[in-house]
Amino acid sequence: MKVLLRNPRRELDVPGPLPVHALLERLEVNRESVLVIRGDTLVTGDAVLDDADVVEIRSVISGGSG
Amino acid sequence: MKCRRCRGPAVIEVRRHNAGFCGSCFLRHCREQVRRAIEDHRMIAEGERVLVAVSGGKDSLALWDILEALGYEADGLYLGLGIGEYSPSSAAHTRAFARRRAGRLVEIDLPTDLGFDIPTGSRAANRVPCSACGLSKRHLFNQAATEGGYDVVATGHNLDDEAAVLLGNVLRWNTEYLGRQLPVLPAGNGFVRKVKPLVRLGEREMAAYCVLRGIDYIVEECPMAEGNRHLGYKEALNAIEERSPGAKAAFYSEFLDKAAHLFAPGAAAARADLRSCGQCGAATPGEVCAFCRLRARAGASS
Repeated sequence: MKVLLRNPRRELDVPGPLPVHALLERLEVNRESVLVIRGDTLVTGDAVLDDADVVEIRSVISGGSG
Repeated sequence: MKCRRCRGPAVIEVRRHNAGFCGSCFLRHCREQVRRAIEDHRMIAEGERVLVAVSGGKDSLALWDILEALGYEADGLYLGLGIGEYSPSSAAHTRAFARRRAGRLVEIDLPTDLGFDIPTGSRAANRVPCSACGLSKRHLFNQAATEGGYDVVATGHNLDDEAAVLLGNVLRWNTEYLGRQLPVLPAGNGFVRKVKPLVRLGEREMAAYCVLRGIDYIVEECPMAEGNRHLGYKEALNAIEERSPGAKAAFYSEFLDKAAHLFAPGAAAARADLRSCGQCGAATPGEVCAFCRLRARAGASS
């Protein structure tokens, strides 16, 4: 599958099938700090991603404190 | 995973509620959390005019959307900060959102209207950029609300923001800041009431709300915020949250229930001691307010 990450923007190829939570563990991403979006749909941690999927891991953390 | 409410397929899991939600039930959940926050903390009374501080980011656009869905009369206020390519992009997201809404968008542009931008101002005043930015926002939001006759300013500070600020204040035992770290700051002494209706929702929920509502927010992070202390506190809290879901919400809500009142007298005393700024009239502890000093140092003409 193609995995898009931002800040900085980069793309990875990861073999599927793989559950979302396993993908996040493999990439060492804290699941509390991201959304996982397949196509234009949100997916939960137990969803299984296939080889053909295009997935965005979107950080949800904003830095402003004011 | 199934939706806790309708038992249909879930699209988002909220671990601190030990629940999954489908899209429509999740949107309802978010609106209910905001309605509860507004009612519990008496943030907005019926018929009051609300000015929502919008940045083009997920929290503020979602807040504006939810307030309108709940029936409040809410206009948006966008502040252009003059930050490289980031500010034009955040303005474009905000304007595009506003065009789809009935609410009016008020705009202030720091470089055009006040003669300086955040990078210049922060360097000149020897402040970190987020400090100069926060100071400018607080000053200009209050001024715009006062001049526009609004009853209340609503900001998109969410549970993660408040928990991170609380952690920072506790690490330094900053008792004056702890005394005013509340979901509602009442009007008085030249200040319009300020409210934070998203305090019952985390930033992951706000991002999910935007995705599910089709709100096109600016996903890129502000370049000036990179590596700041606030982000470090959020990372630390998320590391705890991953092992112990609900820890962030408990940290913040238990502070409000059990400790915030202990620090209130110090904050109230500091507020009562304010006078009017000799240049702009805003409330300040000194002769000239921090915003006017920042503006002067940035070399802007008044």
